[in-house]
Amino acid sequence: MGATRRYRLAAGVGAAVLAAGTLTACGSGDQGITVNVYKYNQENFQAIVDNCNAKAGGRYKIVYNKLPREADGQREQMVRRLAAEDASMDVLGLDVTWTAELAKAGWIREFTGSVKSQVEDGTLRTPLETATYEGKLYGAPDNTNVQLLWYRSDLVPTPPKTWDEMISMAEALVAEGKPGRIVGQGKQYEGLVVLFNTLVNSNGGKILDENGTKAVVDDKAVEALAALKKLATSKAIDPSFSNAAEDDARLAMEAGRAAFQLNWPYVYSAAQKKPDFAANFKWAPYPALGGGESKVTVGGINYAVSRYTAHPDESFEAVLCLRSAENQKIAATKDGVPPTIRSVYDDPEMDQAYPMKDAILQTLENASSRPASPAYQNVSTVISTILSPPADIDPKPTADRMRKELQDAIESKGVLP
Amino acid sequence: MTRTTEPPATPAKQVAASPRKAALSEGKKAERKLGLLLCAPAALIMVAVTGWPIIYSFWLSLQRYDLKFPDDREFIWFDNYVAVLSSPYWWNAMWVTVLLTVVSVAIELVLGMALALLMHRTLVGRGIVRTSSLIPYGLVTVVAAFSWRFAWTPGTGYLVALMEEGSAPLTEKVPSLLIITLAEVWKTTPFMALLLMAGLALVPDDLLKAAAMDGAGGWQRFLKITVPIMKPAILVALLFRTLDAFRVFDNIYVLTSGSNGTSSVSVIAANNLIRGLNLGIGSTMSVLIFIAVAIIAFVFIKVFGTAAPGSDEGGRR
Repeated sequence: MGATRRYRLAAGVGAAVLAAGTLTACGSGDQGITVNVYKYNQENFQAIVDNCNAKAGGRYKIVYNKLPREADGQREQMVRRLAAEDASMDVLGLDVTWTAELAKAGWIREFTGSVKSQVEDGTLRTPLETATYEGKLYGAPDNTNVQLLWYRSDLVPTPPKTWDEMISMAEALVAEGKPGRIVGQGKQYEGLVVLFNTLVNSNGGKILDENGTKAVVDDKAVEALAALKKLATSKAIDPSFSNAAEDDARLAMEAGRAAFQLNWPYVYSAAQKKPDFAANFKWAPYPALGGGESKVTVGGINYAVSRYTAHPDESFEAVLCLRSAENQKIAATKDGVPPTIRSVYDDPEMDQAYPMKDAILQTLENASSRPASPAYQNVSTVISTILSPPADIDPKPTADRMRKELQDAIESKGVLP
Repeated sequence: MTRTTEPPATPAKQVAASPRKAALSEGKKAERKLGLLLCAPAALIMVAVTGWPIIYSFWLSLQRYDLKFPDDREFIWFDNYVAVLSSPYWWNAMWVTVLLTVVSVAIELVLGMALALLMHRTLVGRGIVRTSSLIPYGLVTVVAAFSWRFAWTPGTGYLVALMEEGSAPLTEKVPSLLIITLAEVWKTTPFMALLLMAGLALVPDDLLKAAAMDGAGGWQRFLKITVPIMKPAILVALLFRTLDAFRVFDNIYVLTSGSNGTSSVSVIAANNLIRGLNLGIGSTMSVLIFIAVAIIAFVFIKVFGTAAPGSDEGGRR
């Protein structure tokens, strides 16, 4: 028995030594510095990473770790690992709406000094705004995105300038028995929040105050609610509106049911697969509400550096390279995501992939961002729940309910649905 | 307390405590002590891995603790319970869960009983019948749920193609709940059947034959002989399935992820805890689910008298 016990002891010690050995091997050491980038599954991103690795000349090596396609899945994975203080994540590809939350939780690092000025230099204003929280820069905009109005030029000779004009044009077409419907995102999800945010901002209203600490939902927002209700109850709205996400809207228009579509620019490349349809598929700036220009909600991705990274300097350097003008052009022409650096739009190669680049640029100059709050996830859930279905909106009472539930949400008091 | 008086006192006490048990010999005592010692590590680990998380989540549920606002952490007694119990979202999830549990377990009981009788009576190809009926239970729930989701999604689905053009059942509350129930029933009926089959094996054939001789019909034999003898097995099967069904998560998570008011209590707890990062509210929900499960188990054991089949006491009424 004594022999067995001694043997076991030896085995245990051996195992512990082995484990310790593997653990130390995980840290930096012989193979040099590794910068782990966590980003959604972007088709041609590896080419960009290879570019940057060549540029780093062996000082560090960027490794691309793919996150799930869906935003919720990406956020859940990153947040869970950040909460556990995971040191193996260095650079994070964040949706524009997550900056405030991760900054407030202290999980991402502020951009300062020369890195900050290099990020700010030549970058469009609104995308930069989405990377800022409480006056500090926490992210470097990688790509941006804005919705446009897409219409059929065979049915609509001149595109509508305003929201009301669009609805009355569509109603006239429908009355004539033509496929003149309007399609967009009315399902209970983030897309509906984007639509609502665009309407409120275009009309000069506010959902939350500047600091994102108080729910406002002012009179201008009530008017935006009325405009949304007007669309949802119009004779020209597609019947599937209250269940439609981006792709449902695109398919409804491609199937020949609609003359107007509110959607992201990816619908352009998708339409090219149907030449007959694409011939009459045109774009215009988003219809305005309440006079003035429309202020369309921006989407997109910002790079942030994790607080728990062991190599902050290399990580910031990697971020600067990954979002450089040259690499943004690759992403724009190959993966179809609009750049955040102004000068990239002037590149002649952009003309082919982005015939609508002027409209995008014009929209970006007046774009708006979604409410910046650490509790954005709660805010978004509450808004989409209350607005769904959009036909049931009763502007004043809906606004009152939204103000109350949003206040609970930003104080993280209430229960999430 | 002298050495001379102690030894006789111990057996006397034991006799008084349990008259039927003989005094333990020295060897038996040592053996028992060794047994306890050998059990101790396992028991301690059990307490650590089950007891500690329960205590910790209760402790978290008494705090305002949101990872998004680490500076605002404070002790707030039962405020989280007030917030959860006064939330319409929580009660909607509770009713959805109760409805799903009652409906799916009821359907499973009927189908499971039929399947168990079939498996019990089959003479030819018994192995094949049993194996094939167990396939749904052998599949991973998430995989099965994904195949249901694709089947009901327009564009990829063969089942949604049978419905009216343009319908998307997983985007509406009532159709979603029906599909979740269907997926649950399909998945766990074999488990029910397996437990019930164990009960069927307890019914003596002679008794059934004697009843047939006395002129009892098939239905009468089933209701008056088979079911009463199987009662302990039926109750155990119901208890297992009810507890399981009440915690339903994976099917809903994959099929609707709780949209359109289809969250169960487990889904809403995960939403608040993992997606919302609100440890206080999320833990409060976990504690409430724990209490609900404890109540279900209590009702089954104390009110219906569920006990392990074949145990001599058979439960108390």
